[in-house]
Parts: sequence; structure tokens; C-alpha cells
Amino acid sequence: MRAGTKLGFILLLTPLLLWLSLLIIIPHIDMFLVSIRERVDVRQYETSLANYLTFFQEPLYLRTFLRTAVMSVLATLITLLIAFPVSYYIAKIAKGRLQAVLFVLCLIPFYVSELVRTFGWMILLRETGVFSNLLQWAGLADRPVEMLYNDAAIMIGLVYTSMLFMVVPLVTTLESLDDAVVEAGYDLGGNGYSVLREIVIPHATPGIVSGSIVVFMLSLGNYLTPTMLGGKDSLWFTELIYSQFIVRFNWELGAAFGFLLLLLSSLIVWGMLRLTGQTLKETMG
Amino acid sequence: MCSKSSGVLTAVIGLAVAGWGQTAGADTLRLLTWGGYAPDDVIEMFEAETGHTVEVTLSNNEEMIAKLRATAGGGFDLAQPSQDRIAGPQEEFGIYKPIDMSKIDQDKFIPSMLSATMANTTVGGEVYGVPHVWGTSGLVLDTANAGMVEDYTDLCSDEVAGKVSYRLKRPTLIGFAFAMGMDPFAAYGDEAAYTEIMEKVEAKLVECKPNVKTYWGGGDELMGLVRSGEVVASMAWDTGGWKLNADNPDISFVAPASGALGWIDTFVLPAKGQADDAAYDWINFVMQPEIAAKITDAAGNFTASKGADEFVDDALKARYQASFPPEAVDNIKWYPPVPAGLEAIEGGVLDRVKAAN
Repeated sequence: MRAGTKLGFILLLTPLLLWLSLLIIIPHIDMFLVSIRERVDVRQYETSLANYLTFFQEPLYLRTFLRTAVMSVLATLITLLIAFPVSYYIAKIAKGRLQAVLFVLCLIPFYVSELVRTFGWMILLRETGVFSNLLQWAGLADRPVEMLYNDAAIMIGLVYTSMLFMVVPLVTTLESLDDAVVEAGYDLGGNGYSVLREIVIPHATPGIVSGSIVVFMLSLGNYLTPTMLGGKDSLWFTELIYSQFIVRFNWELGAAFGFLLLLLSSLIVWGMLRLTGQTLKETMG
Repeated sequence: MCSKSSGVLTAVIGLAVAGWGQTAGADTLRLLTWGGYAPDDVIEMFEAETGHTVEVTLSNNEEMIAKLRATAGGGFDLAQPSQDRIAGPQEEFGIYKPIDMSKIDQDKFIPSMLSATMANTTVGGEVYGVPHVWGTSGLVLDTANAGMVEDYTDLCSDEVAGKVSYRLKRPTLIGFAFAMGMDPFAAYGDEAAYTEIMEKVEAKLVECKPNVKTYWGGGDELMGLVRSGEVVASMAWDTGGWKLNADNPDISFVAPASGALGWIDTFVLPAKGQADDAAYDWINFVMQPEIAAKITDAAGNFTASKGADEFVDDALKARYQASFPPEAVDNIKWYPPVPAGLEAIEGGVLDRVKAAN
């Protein structure tokens, strides 16, 4: 009996272990080994940290990373600000069928691939696009307006892409909030603001934190949206990694960049958790 | 440690490939090529004539080399990188295998183009590439709005401010260097001199950046920008200009005053290709003049096949002759092989231009 449960445990664990080791751990070890290789001459490599040094010595790379990180944090905040009222409405105010319909409405854009969604934004924002023509037709602009190829366009794309990943955890946590608690808050003389601050937000914190982590990581690792909507000023860290691997044939530097992205983004998430007094255990549990 | 982990990987991939290979059969030609180089009707004729089947994967220069590097030259039986990108990657990564010239019908090629490509792709006494399709890059202009643009540097003038596009890739660096009166090809062997040239080009491109609407990435993106009138002057391939010319007679491809940049896409055999005979059959098949003309009609570019011009669509021939008067043909700058290591210099320049404000 005892041996049977143990066997079952091992069998159940095997897919997970295979997944982790074959698809995540082994490739990462291999990539780390590539990243500490320095090309000295044709087909001659030496072990060194030169690739990591390059990142810290060339201001461009560091600046690009900081820019990517700051934009991603901003995108996360904007997503949270938009998604919170939406989630609150879905979880608390809408009832029955309406609730399900609203939730599906949030989901529907994700039936379409990210590429198509981004193209949609390009059609709307470009100089000869829908918004530009609409403004001219309404007499608000006297010549075509270019709204594509700038940071605002990237931001719109990022927020739109990650909206669902904020709404889902928020709806889940807000649904578990007992209406009676909110009523009690009002009965005890609270107003809308104090109830929100003292009751709703503390209750929703695990949802806010886990949603923010997911959205931040997705934005930081996004390649398509910044490249397509950002145009000539897009420079995003993932784009640097792509060009090192594919365009420059410089796998060594690309691998080092990949590792730095992993480390620095983990560091930022950890820092944010510390800053807001959360632990990963509370959030996930 | 490295060999152990990659050993495990190789074993896993090997298992997957073995399972695959059984169903694929020996005479499947896995072709890694550019859009338009293997039109459906040509594939059908080839399959009917030889009994081989063809699987096409579309790609570009950098991706082709990256793909072959990732598998150490496996996964494909025939690839088509440009002739200047063969010697360098071969020395560095060893991803190709030598071509047995006795299996190739050499009389079907334009002799000058064949000998030039063979010379440029020779590593350690072995030939690694034979020519297939050639073309140039230069300027695509909306002559009604940007008639004053004659060279790459004119893209930075005020008349076309905000309506200009080019790629942020090495042809742009080379083109601007020539337009600024320098000769980057002559400096290929001298890293210090090349760096100096690239620094001047970098300064020019940064200064020019406000003029640029966006840096285009793919041919379709450029088509959209020019068709909508958002861009009136761009650095581009000749075929792009000719295609746009068919829709709007004002738009045309112009060889810049400093000379168009000429490229030749080749046939190479990946190091671990498994269907060499099918690959040689394909090369000999598509170099027949009638077949080569079909590829020209599909891709828009001319081939290294001798006598194929006769069979090419007249409208395309007329556009070619309008863009290339004889003196412009003589002025084409053909890319010499890129020495290993230059990409790193260019990469730094491109990154800094992209990041500049």
C-alpha cells in the first residue's frame, strides 16, 4: 500500500520533472555555458565574463534595459488602474448572465493572435489610418496625424495585450470578498473611499500582486508589440537579444543578455514585493 | 558539463528526427529559401519529372545562417544565402559542405557570374556556392514628390523630411558609406579603417534620424508605407520598386548616383543535408532557361541562368531596362565576402543609431 502511493507520487511527478528539466533547466544550463564563452578568433573560444562586462560597460545596453523596465512598470500600473474598476464591476456589481457575458467580452480579443491584434492597432493609429481620418473628418485636424511609432503607441499595445492577465486574478480575488463585509464598512460610517482603501484593496492584494507580476513579466519579455508599434524608436531589450542571436550571429552576447534579463527582472519583482511588504507565499497561497 | 548537457539534447533531438525521417523518405528535398524562389508550378514540374518531393521553408539571410548554426548544418538539404555570407560563416561555424562541381551543368550558368561566385565562396580550396538569383538594392522613389533624391544621402534633405524610410541593416551602412564618397569594401580587410568609416556613417544616420518615418523590417511593410503615400523615398530592393511601379507609374526603382549594391543569392549544401542528389537535381532543373524565367516572373529578380532573359515577361524587362541604363549596370557594386568579425562593428553602429534620439 505504502509502496503503491509512492509509485503513484513518482508517476504523477514525472511529467512535471521532465517538463522542467528538458525544457527549462537543461536549455538554461547550456545557455549559461554559451554566455561565459568569449570568441577570441575563428573557432577559438575562451571562458570569460567578457559578455557580461560588455553589458555594464556599454551605456546603450544598460539604458535600453532601464528603459524597458521603466516602461514595463508603467504599463503594469496603467493596466492595474484600468483593470481594477472593470474587475470590480464584473465581480461585485454585475449579476448572473451579465457577469458571464462581461467576462467573455474581456476574453474575446485573445481568441485572435497577438500579431493580428497589433496589426489592428497599426491600422487604427497610422497616418493614413482610421483615427487620423476621423479627426480630419471631424475638423479637429487639418492634415494627417501620425500616432504610430512612438512610446505612447507601445504603451497602448502593451496595456491592451496584458489586460486579461490582470482582470482574471482580480476577478477571482474580488469574488471571494463577502458583500456583508463591505456593507459593515458602510454601517460603521465609512465612505466609498475609506471602504475601498481599508477593505476592498487589502482583500484584493494577492490578486493585484500576482496580476502585476504576470503583466510586468509579459511586458518585459514582449517582442512583437514594441517592435511593430514603436518603429524607429522602439528599442526594447528583447529586440537586442533577438538581433544578437539572429542578425549578428553573436550567440555569446545574446545568451548573456538573456541571463541578465532573467536575473534583473527577478530582482525587480523581488524588490517590488519587498517594497509593498508582500511575500511570494501569501500571493500564491 | 557542456558536452554532457548538449549530449542529452542531441539524443532527444536525434530521437525526434529519427521518427520523422522514417516517414519523410530519402528523396525529400528540404529547401531553405526566399519567397518567390520556388514557385508552386516549378515545384510541381520538378516533382513530376524527378519523383522527388520538395518541402519549402521561407527565410532570409540571417535566419538561414542562424537556423543552420543551431543544428550544425542539419535539417535542410539545400539553402540559398547570399554569396557574401558563405565564406565567413563556413570558416566560423562549418555549416556547409563542398559542392561537387562535376554534378552541376556549368554551361547553364552565365560564365562570369558562376566564376565570380565560385571565387567568393571558396574556403580551403573547396567551392561552397553556385549562383542562382541576383538583384540590387537602391532607391525606391515617388518621382512626383521626391524627384530630387539621387543618392542615399539625399534621403536626409529637408524636402522629404518625415517621409523617408530605410532598413536598419548592413546594406544601409554600406550604401551610405558609398554615397558619402568612401569605399567600405576596400576597407573590409582593415578593421581600424572600417571602424572609422562606420563611425562617420553612424554620425550621418543619427543626424538623419528625424527625417525617417520608421525603419522598415520586411518587404510587405515597405510596400504598405509607399503605397499609402506615407513614405515617398526609401532604400529598397529593385523588385519592390518594380512591383510598386506596376500599381503606380510615378513610383520607380532608381539606381543611386554612387551605384546600386549588387547581391547574388546562391545554392549551398548544408553540412548535414541528407538528399544531395535531389539537391543537385533541383539546381540543374531550375537553371534551365524556361524554368529560370518562371522564377524571375515569380520573384521579380533575374537569375544566373544563361539565355533565360528571352523567356521573361516583357513588362518586367522594360522596367529593368528603365532602372538600369548600361552605365548603371557597370556601376553596380557587388558585395565581396564579409570577413568574420565585421558584423560586430556594424552591430554596435546599428544599435546606437536605433537608440539615438
